[in-house]
Amino acid sequence: MIANFFLRGIDRSAILVIAILLAVAVLVPAANLYLPVTSPFHVPSYVVPLVGKYLTYGLLALSVGLIWGYCGILSLGHGAFFALGGYAMGMYLMRQIGTRGVYGHPILPDFMVFLNWQELPVAWWGFQYFPYAMLMVVLVPGLLAFVFGWFAFRSRVTGVYLSIITQAMTFALLLGFFRNNFGFGGNNGLTDFKEILGFNVQAPMTRGFLFAASAIALAFFYVICRSIINSRFGKVIIAVRDAESRTRFIGYRVENYKLAVWTLSACMAGVAGALYVPQVGIINPGEFDPANSIEIVVWVAVGGRGTLVGPIIGALVVNYMKTYFTTGALAPYWLFVLGSLFIGVTLFLPKGIVGTLGGLIGRERRVKTPAAEAPATNPQPQAAE
Amino acid sequence: MNEKAKTALLYLDGVSVSFDGFRALNALSLVIEPGEMRAIIGPNGAGKTTMMDVITGKTKPDEGEIYFAGTVDLRKMDEASIASLGIGRKFQKPTVFESQTVYDNIELALAGKRTPFAVLWHRRTKEEEDRIEGILATIRLGEKRNWLAANLSHGQKQWLEIGMLLAQEPKLLLVDEPAAGMTDAETAETAILLKEIAKTKSVVVVEHDMTFVRDLDVKVTVLHEGSVLSEGTLDHVSADPRVVEVYLGR
Repeated sequence: MIANFFLRGIDRSAILVIAILLAVAVLVPAANLYLPVTSPFHVPSYVVPLVGKYLTYGLLALSVGLIWGYCGILSLGHGAFFALGGYAMGMYLMRQIGTRGVYGHPILPDFMVFLNWQELPVAWWGFQYFPYAMLMVVLVPGLLAFVFGWFAFRSRVTGVYLSIITQAMTFALLLGFFRNNFGFGGNNGLTDFKEILGFNVQAPMTRGFLFAASAIALAFFYVICRSIINSRFGKVIIAVRDAESRTRFIGYRVENYKLAVWTLSACMAGVAGALYVPQVGIINPGEFDPANSIEIVVWVAVGGRGTLVGPIIGALVVNYMKTYFTTGALAPYWLFVLGSLFIGVTLFLPKGIVGTLGGLIGRERRVKTPAAEAPATNPQPQAAE
Repeated sequence: MNEKAKTALLYLDGVSVSFDGFRALNALSLVIEPGEMRAIIGPNGAGKTTMMDVITGKTKPDEGEIYFAGTVDLRKMDEASIASLGIGRKFQKPTVFESQTVYDNIELALAGKRTPFAVLWHRRTKEEEDRIEGILATIRLGEKRNWLAANLSHGQKQWLEIGMLLAQEPKLLLVDEPAAGMTDAETAETAILLKEIAKTKSVVVVEHDMTFVRDLDVKVTVLHEGSVLSEGTLDHVSADPRVVEVYLGR
């Protein structure tokens, strides 16, 4: 049953995406670690965690692309799930510091000693164990999404109203995490990590593995999303996106479908956050900023809503541009670039990069084989309003 | 609940619905017997669509009783569970899933499990494929199975929606203006199709087109201001002076 489910997800274009991601997972770290600096193929050390970060953004964009592009749920608060996953990982990394902290306390992280706390808060219990922390990476965002979605979808909150409350959710978390007595490091967040699973987080080898893990996680969730979209479940959520009440009248309980993809999407965002934190070395409440969540939506729109590769490509392209524009003389203008990018894409490429390219390729193919009379044998999901 | 309600397929008694003080349905009572086909006519604002909304769970009635198959109280159920009971609905404006193929549209409507996980693991069976083929043949869209529903003509969308209704295998079909926007030839064909369907299922048709209603040749209920004005054969209701007044004005 499960094997069949995955087989459905692995079609020709999926194999290409997986192959590229797995090749990248192996080749980039290898080119960094084993090629001499003089080699033209050598990847500089700063590039590995940078591109690794892009890959976790790609996974985050994929999670938003799944719900927005295929189920019509526009989340403007997905950064919250990403940040929660990141915090869960950050808490594990904090507990690994042990006596190497500034204050040298064997159990309490530095900020707790600084705040004169005597005991480890309950929320932090168990985070010294990697498997438990990884469980929380998925469980905490998943549970929040489940509870949030349970109420929102049952009350039939849709469209812009849902987007607004997702934004409120991430803003509320932002305010909470900013407070010192909330217990997660307040304004400064969690940083100064030393080790992950006993390996130095800064070591090139560890970074290589984290990079590979990010690429593999992206490939893994890509296959899951692909399998879902190719199943009848996928057809139902597309139906929900296009004509929600019609779907109800056919007998599908729409809220359960929305809740399922929404929760899955939040878990994906959590995993992305967990892979992000050790590569950038810090997690702070800034990640809950509503502006971050809006930026994710821009990545998806730029890459192509209603496709799965689109959001990944969008995240990579926009973040590469961000790196390019924020380092150097153009730095003050990045936000203008981002804004014009979004406007430009909305006006000139409403289907995003991948949707537009896919349309061109499809047209060419149709011209080449005039025998294919059907306007589209392979339905291109249209963007929901 | 009286005896009548127990034997009827659909039983509405004294159903009222108000929207901001406007009484869309006013103590409406209606009984559909198993296997019956009924045409419902009435001027704009008579409450035809609201009646369908109330039966399918989209709108909750302020008062009155609605029973399906004698015992099931529809007031307590939502759209999805009412649909699963066996009440299918075709909308006035054809609503099909435009970005999916004709084939997928039928497949989605196909009777079967509706829970997310059952649907996720589901694999299309040979039986289901045969059912879809049968329906495609009935609605004459076999040639266009791989077309996106968005590319169908208006009349074809209406037919596709009727096909989706059939795929649901409902006991009762509520069909809202099936002939709207169709050519005369299509209208006549639609009447034949609906009569064919009515051989095995109960059908309630809301329609403006009198020629179409005449083609159907069934009992007619005239609605006006949210309640039943007249009921009987088309000739009987057309001769009713109150109906004439409502339709032609004072």
